[in-house]
Amino acid sequence: MQIIDKSEIAPNVYACKVRAEAIAKKVQPGQFIMVIPDQYSERTPITVADWNTSEGTITFIFLDIGSSTNRLAELKPGEEIFSLTGPLGNSFDIKKYGSVGLVGGCYGIGGIYPAARALREKGNRVVCYSEARSKFLLYWNKKLEEVSDEVRYATADGSLGFKGHAYDLLETDLKSGVKYDLVITVGCTFLMYRISKVTEPYQMKTIVSMNPIMIDGTGMCGACRVEVDGATRFACVDGPHFDGHQMNWDLVLARRKAYLDEEIVSGERHDYGKS
Amino acid sequence: MKKSFPGKDTIMAKVSPTKTPMREQPPQERVRNYDEVPLGYSPQEAIFEAERCLMCKNPRCIEGCPVEIDIPGFIQFITEEKFRDGVRRLKEKNILPAICGRVCPQEEQCEQKCILGVKNEPVAIGRLERFLADWEAGQGEPELPPKPKPTGKKIVIVGAGPAGITAAADLVRLGHKVDMFEALHEPGGVLVYGIPEFRLPKAIVFREINYLKKLGVKLYTDHVIGQIRSIDELLDEYDAVFLGTGAGLPWFLNVPGENLNGIYSANEYLTRANLMKAYLFPKYKTPIVKGKYVATVGGGNVAMDCARTALRLGAEKSIIIYRRSRDEMPARDEEIHHAEEEGVIFKLLSNPAAFHGGNNSWVKEVECVSMKLGEPDDSGRRRPVPIPDANFRMPIDVAVIAIGNSPNPLIPSTTPDIETGRWGNIVTNLETGKTSKPGVFAGGDVATGAATVILAMGAGKIAARGIHEYVMSKK
Ligand SMILES: Cc1cc2nc3c(=O)[nH]c(=O)nc-3n(C[C@H](O)[C@H](O)[C@H](O)COP(=O)(O)OP(=O)(O)OC[C@H]3O[C@@H](n4cnc5c(N)ncnc54)[C@H](O)[C@@H]3O)c2cc1C
Ligand code: SF4
Repeated sequence: MQIIDKSEIAPNVYACKVRAEAIAKKVQPGQFIMVIPDQYSERTPITVADWNTSEGTITFIFLDIGSSTNRLAELKPGEEIFSLTGPLGNSFDIKKYGSVGLVGGCYGIGGIYPAARALREKGNRVVCYSEARSKFLLYWNKKLEEVSDEVRYATADGSLGFKGHAYDLLETDLKSGVKYDLVITVGCTFLMYRISKVTEPYQMKTIVSMNPIMIDGTGMCGACRVEVDGATRFACVDGPHFDGHQMNWDLVLARRKAYLDEEIVSGERHDYGKS
Repeated sequence: MKKSFPGKDTIMAKVSPTKTPMREQPPQERVRNYDEVPLGYSPQEAIFEAERCLMCKNPRCIEGCPVEIDIPGFIQFITEEKFRDGVRRLKEKNILPAICGRVCPQEEQCEQKCILGVKNEPVAIGRLERFLADWEAGQGEPELPPKPKPTGKKIVIVGAGPAGITAAADLVRLGHKVDMFEALHEPGGVLVYGIPEFRLPKAIVFREINYLKKLGVKLYTDHVIGQIRSIDELLDEYDAVFLGTGAGLPWFLNVPGENLNGIYSANEYLTRANLMKAYLFPKYKTPIVKGKYVATVGGGNVAMDCARTALRLGAEKSIIIYRRSRDEMPARDEEIHHAEEEGVIFKLLSNPAAFHGGNNSWVKEVECVSMKLGEPDDSGRRRPVPIPDANFRMPIDVAVIAIGNSPNPLIPSTTPDIETGRWGNIVTNLETGKTSKPGVFAGGDVATGAATVILAMGAGKIAARGIHEYVMSKK
């Protein structure tokens, strides 16, 4: 797959556009692809953030956090990605709910973008929450505003919008009487966990987009198993979207740590510090 | 030479009662590398072994082979040193002889039926098959069959495992245009992501895939059918579809603690090690946890492969936990034997009841129930029953669950009008490979549940015949 365009849209956050006609024709909001930058790299699952069917391209956002994403960050427009497979996983259930809150952090800001676009086209009122440590780490603000009724920003240092985390902002909103018929959140595990905890007392249906370790992404390895409502499910084929209130979060947080010390370290460098 | 059958006794007097041994890497050495363990026959050894064949008039071995190779026929060519003719004879029925010679459970198939085996060891049919295939590989480019007349029909194969490869080869040789879609970035199915390098070198699989491409099959990797294209969309473009998508969905034990860190499915463990080459970490970037004490649960080939991989990754102790006794183990004899030689510890008549973790969510111990054998079950094997109050614990830091797989639900779930059975397997007609959906055929593990390479190939052959009849009778 050929890289058409690649840019660093925020420090250490890259948007990469590749030619992939067949995927562009099929992909739905919330689906992901499996990328192997070069023959030595890992299979890396990445959410599809945007696509253009007539152009035959898809765009995905990634953080340069491990040796394989590092390699991906090094590739230049015109170069080929060794392997790119998709679309994978299920899409969000796009229909008319009424009012939908979408919460994105890190790569998830790109992750909620196509969902916002599609949900708004279905006639929903769409409010996006976009968060980062600081204003300069946010990206796609304008794009997101174009497809939402409102975008609410949360920055840890208060440089744009609410000072604090997206889950704090959402909690404040809910306390003041804001109601959503559905909440969707995409981003780091900790963000999705906290959002689920915020909406739980309101019994507000919350969909989380899990990003566990995966090898094949087609249901073969079981590395991505999560426990939902007491049952083991595979995020790659049964998900990646699950009910955040039924998720066994302790297990998710523990499994996530298995290999990704490196990722967590670099994740902490850029965002959403653990409160 | 030995065309007629000159009376069994005279021959029996001459032939060696045992198979000509095959040279192997010594156990102490091989557990430190990933190279193939058995080294193969020299031409002299092959001829010597081939001479043991009685050239029966009614060869029973052929009945034992799921693809009905003319076994005495190719063996005869070996005795005459006509290796090229031998290869041709083999390939009439089996396009993957280098693979089958290495991984077929011969002791339950061809060699089980061999008359010599009644009193002595049977002819080493698998080893001879491997010899011819390897000999051909050493001769440079393989011979291509004459180009068939094009039929104008287009067929699509989903899944590039043994079933798909065989169906593709047969169909392209009948003059059809054949396209093949594979979900992973490499073709080969279990042959590349599952069976380890030390048992089946990947270069052999890629050689066979190349042969398939030379026959004219177009291969597209990174294509997950059901997602990128539905079966109905394929039917719009092709005259028939063959599904050879295998049994890829791993089973777990469903015991407490199974989702702790350090517990893998066999598929994950082997895929990390083989397909992603974690054994060459850090050159290849996929990590694998190199446990000190690794427990593998199960008694099949998959379990042996995991336990032997663990040793090569540096485990101090590699333990197989199996709930029946050694006799009931479904693995090939040779694999059990190799595992024992390499120092794998067998904890038989034991079954995990729980995994216990340390404070950091990593597995620390496995708790097992001791079992005894009771009455035979449906499979004819004696059913293991737990002995009360006989639980014991073993310290481990990695566990691999190798108790089987069921077919991946992706295609059935995106193709509601295809009939599936109890295990999510796709239901097929055994004589034609037809599924309940017109124009769609299936075979291999996706239809039978996890089985063997040669059975998958046999199913691929049957379906190829079924597809040929179907497309040629279609206007
Ligand atoms: C570790 C291990 C060791 C084994 N050892 C032996 C042995 O010694 N001897 C023996 O005879 N058998 C052995 N087996 C069993 C044997 O490998 C299988 O029975 C055989 O490979 C089945 O072949 P298949 O073509 O049906 O499926 P597979 O080999 O599983 O191939 C299926 C292919 O389809 C692809 N696929 C799946 N879904 C899709 C989709 N939606 N779209 C596109 N492609 C898709 C998969 O990626 C895969 O490449 C072993 C199995 C394992 C796992
Ligand atoms: S293909 Fe398998 S069963 Fe058939 S002759 Fe060869 S080793 Fe025996």
